[in-house]
Amino acid sequence: MKRLALAAALVVLATLPFWAGGTFYINIGSQILLYAVFALGINILVGYAGLVTLGHAGLLGIAAYTAARLLNGGHGHTAAVLAALALTLAAAALFATLALRGSGSGIGFVMITLAIGQIVWGVAYRWISITNGDNGISVSARPSPLGLSLTAPAHFYWAILVVFLAALGSIAMLVASPFGASLRGTRDQPRRMAALGYHVWMIRFLAFLLSGLWSGVAGLLFLYYNQFVSPQAVALTASAEALLMVIAGGSGTLLGPVVGAGLVVVMKNVASAYIERWNFVLGAIFVAIVVFMPEGLVPGAARLWRRATARPAAPAVVAAAPAPGEGPAQ
Amino acid sequence: MSLWLVLAVNSVTLGGLLFLLSAGFSLIFGLMRIPNLTHGSFFMLGGYFAASLIEWGLGFWPAAMVSGLLVAALGGLVERLILRRLAGAELAQVLVTLGLSFMIADVCLKVWTGDPVRIATPPALQGVTSVGSFAFPTYRIAISLVAVAFAVALWALLDRTRLGAMIRAGVDDPDMARVAGIRVSRLFTIVFCLGAWLAGFAGVIGGPILSVYPGLDQEMLPLALVVVILGGSGSLLGSLVGSFIVGFLYNFGQAMFPELAYVVLFLPMLIVLVVRPQGLFGRPAV
Amino acid sequence: MSLTLSRRSFLAGSTILAAGTAGLPTRARAQSKPVRIGLLTVKTGPLAAGGIQMEQGTLRFFKDRNYMLAGRKVELVVADTGGNPAGTKTKTQELIERENVDMIFGPLAAFELLAITDYTAQAKVPVLSLAAAEDMTQRRPNPYFIRASATSSQNMHPLADYAAKELKFKTVITIADDFAFGHEQMAGFQRVFEDAGGRVVKKLWPPLTTPDYTPYLAQISGADALVQGFAGSNPLKFMKQYRDQGLKLPVLGGGPACDDALLKSYGDEAVGVISCSAYTGDLDTPSNKRLIDGMVRDYGNIPGLYSAGLYINGQVAEAALEKTGGKTDDREAFNRALRAVSLTDTPRGPFSFDHFGNVVGNFYIRRCERKGDKLVNTTIKTYPKVSQFWTYDEKWFLAQPVYSRDYPPLKG
Repeated sequence: MKRLALAAALVVLATLPFWAGGTFYINIGSQILLYAVFALGINILVGYAGLVTLGHAGLLGIAAYTAARLLNGGHGHTAAVLAALALTLAAAALFATLALRGSGSGIGFVMITLAIGQIVWGVAYRWISITNGDNGISVSARPSPLGLSLTAPAHFYWAILVVFLAALGSIAMLVASPFGASLRGTRDQPRRMAALGYHVWMIRFLAFLLSGLWSGVAGLLFLYYNQFVSPQAVALTASAEALLMVIAGGSGTLLGPVVGAGLVVVMKNVASAYIERWNFVLGAIFVAIVVFMPEGLVPGAARLWRRATARPAAPAVVAAAPAPGEGPAQ
Repeated sequence: MSLWLVLAVNSVTLGGLLFLLSAGFSLIFGLMRIPNLTHGSFFMLGGYFAASLIEWGLGFWPAAMVSGLLVAALGGLVERLILRRLAGAELAQVLVTLGLSFMIADVCLKVWTGDPVRIATPPALQGVTSVGSFAFPTYRIAISLVAVAFAVALWALLDRTRLGAMIRAGVDDPDMARVAGIRVSRLFTIVFCLGAWLAGFAGVIGGPILSVYPGLDQEMLPLALVVVILGGSGSLLGSLVGSFIVGFLYNFGQAMFPELAYVVLFLPMLIVLVVRPQGLFGRPAV
Repeated sequence: MSLTLSRRSFLAGSTILAAGTAGLPTRARAQSKPVRIGLLTVKTGPLAAGGIQMEQGTLRFFKDRNYMLAGRKVELVVADTGGNPAGTKTKTQELIERENVDMIFGPLAAFELLAITDYTAQAKVPVLSLAAAEDMTQRRPNPYFIRASATSSQNMHPLADYAAKELKFKTVITIADDFAFGHEQMAGFQRVFEDAGGRVVKKLWPPLTTPDYTPYLAQISGADALVQGFAGSNPLKFMKQYRDQGLKLPVLGGGPACDDALLKSYGDEAVGVISCSAYTGDLDTPSNKRLIDGMVRDYGNIPGLYSAGLYINGQVAEAALEKTGGKTDDREAFNRALRAVSLTDTPRGPFSFDHFGNVVGNFYIRRCERKGDKLVNTTIKTYPKVSQFWTYDEKWFLAQPVYSRDYPPLKG
């Protein structure tokens, strides 16, 4: 059942340029996937490591700005991409070391990542000789991997789809791996894990690096999609929106961040054409989700689905335990 | 040397305003463990309410008090209807306050439009006060005095009243406080309302200097955050000292290192978080 | 009852029809498809004040014309960019790809414009914007871009001329928001002021979001005047704090610094400020009167740069449409018509465009005064036919480095 659903979803995604109804909607699809990659990366920390971050837009920005500067300096795409990712990883290592200090988790972690994010934003905004400040940096060309041009929206969409599937696949594998299990362990029972001999700090550090790597990839996608980067991409609101994508969709699930990304992108870009007070509606939706479906849309919807399709309870008189396979599906 | 003197005096006055803004934030953060991201919105809303009240004929100080009450009422509603449902889930509470700040900002834009709204300096405090050859804006000096008055009042509240004792107990150890019979959830509501009142009041006090405009909430919130992180959450003394430190950092940093304006503010916050996470005067984290 | 059409009545009817339609002007028969105009503006967030005024000015114009330009119906699509470049890009794509607009009014901010200029040029969609980024009509020109307002420095050149020659100031201190718009304004002022024998002794750059200007105010002394280039709601904050600090230097300002639309939010701190703007409320032209009356009636406020600017954009579009007979399918021809527009009766007075698509027109020096219980900007001098290059040779101007934070450099 699940395999069928996944295959169907894949077909739907792959054929989107044909049924989406115009280049505008194809571009919306590209945006959803690009932010989904960002959200998936953040989810490694937020969902699976239990560490909430409000500074990851800084890592996205580091990748985007590095690539933008190198491209405009005459370097090729390969050099720009590799340099951007390398620099982002280095930055992630630094940020992780700072953020994991002391108690290493909880509100302290949020505050430190927020402070780091603000510093990156401050630099992007004021160090004009490097970042061009408020005016941002434009890049004129998209890469042509294997000689295929990515200028057309549909082609670029497929390229992003490939990257998105790679992200989803590798994160799925991570979650299912022993490392993923130990990561969840450090989220749920850090002291027990430490007592069992796991190096909690190192596990969290590696998780931060991985999430930073995917944030860097998202930064490159962002740069190539918009062909432009500016300090707004690194602001607190950017990190906050990404966090909301993860939480709204369902942290700790694989598809939650994707759904959350879809929700935010659609609200900001499509709904804003029809609803004048869309900012208010966006805030209200998040408040509603956090209050009524705190686990997020994906698990919340699954919960409602289970309730709707659950069999009626057996009469109280009969005390027999439900046979295996019956009862609410897990 | 007059440059440094002006900066020094202004650091004190800015610190005063920041204290009014962050005292509430610190109490909420210390007692309820929530960084209340709606605090900037409360500040802005207080300013807007007062501007309208003043337009309808109310005086400056009564408008400040009433605006505070209106914002406190809103805070009370938020706490009882939303935050209480999420008791214990701190992350969810943080996110809710973030979502609420979007909503409040948009409502303000709709009601008061995008144009900046000015609040006139109270007539008695207009002009400058001369001390020797130096002149300082009288109103700013007044802000420092108001801040000190409130600092004393809050200290008296926390140190000399039963309510204050309960709050301190709750900040130190909520579970023990419950065991001792303190109704912590009602305390939460009271503290949240108090914090909101202070923020709204501060928004009015700051109005003659800053005026009120969309985006004010996002400008003030990071400052409150830095103050409370530096000073330590839940500590009044921490807020006071933190406010003045930030006031000094802001003034001297902007004048001496304009390129690194934001770094100067956030780097100390980062250092404190890494080296001494509980801030200068806060309790070590449980 | 049968409906038979006798041959005679048929012939008679067709003759009358043919005679009737033959006499109608060609325009009305030509295109019954409406002309679609997209407005990119900011209705949420910190830039909303200007964005909302842009929309008001646009609506005011189309209401004045009953949504008909050159015999064609007008359909206006308003898009809220949210004030950020990524949002602007998406909304622009929406306007061009989904709404199939024939031209775009706006966007508001320079960084929004820079994010979309390559895209709109590729799509050959004319953009009529107020965004002041200089290079859009200088070193990196977009051939489909028209700017009827001003470049960042275009109004500062005459202001500097006035300051040096008529006010006889010898030294000034400049202060502006630390981003491109602020840099370009102050650089423009500095070049003309120093060429006229004056000197800029200090340049201050507070960040765009500065709650408290005291650290900067404390450094303002030792010059004849202060030149400020704040935008948005910052002029209000700054002037208040400036006066509160007891500073007495005369203040010169750019266009947004003492914009007519801000006057209702200002208090006495604005009295005496001398500013130079492309638009002034006391200009006596019929269209300006109509604009002001309409704005006051509909929105309760007098127009400023933003609303007047969009009203004028409407006039430019109208004039171009009349030139092409209402046609917009030939993008090149329509664009050429836009650039060839030259008008006299507009809220900003007479103007035309240079070959980069930037306006050449009047700039007004005004002083802010109190008349009764209102603040007004009174025009004290008009500089006619000011181009973006002032009196400099265009080639020479373009060969210099672009105006920036550090260019021209401080002397001594």
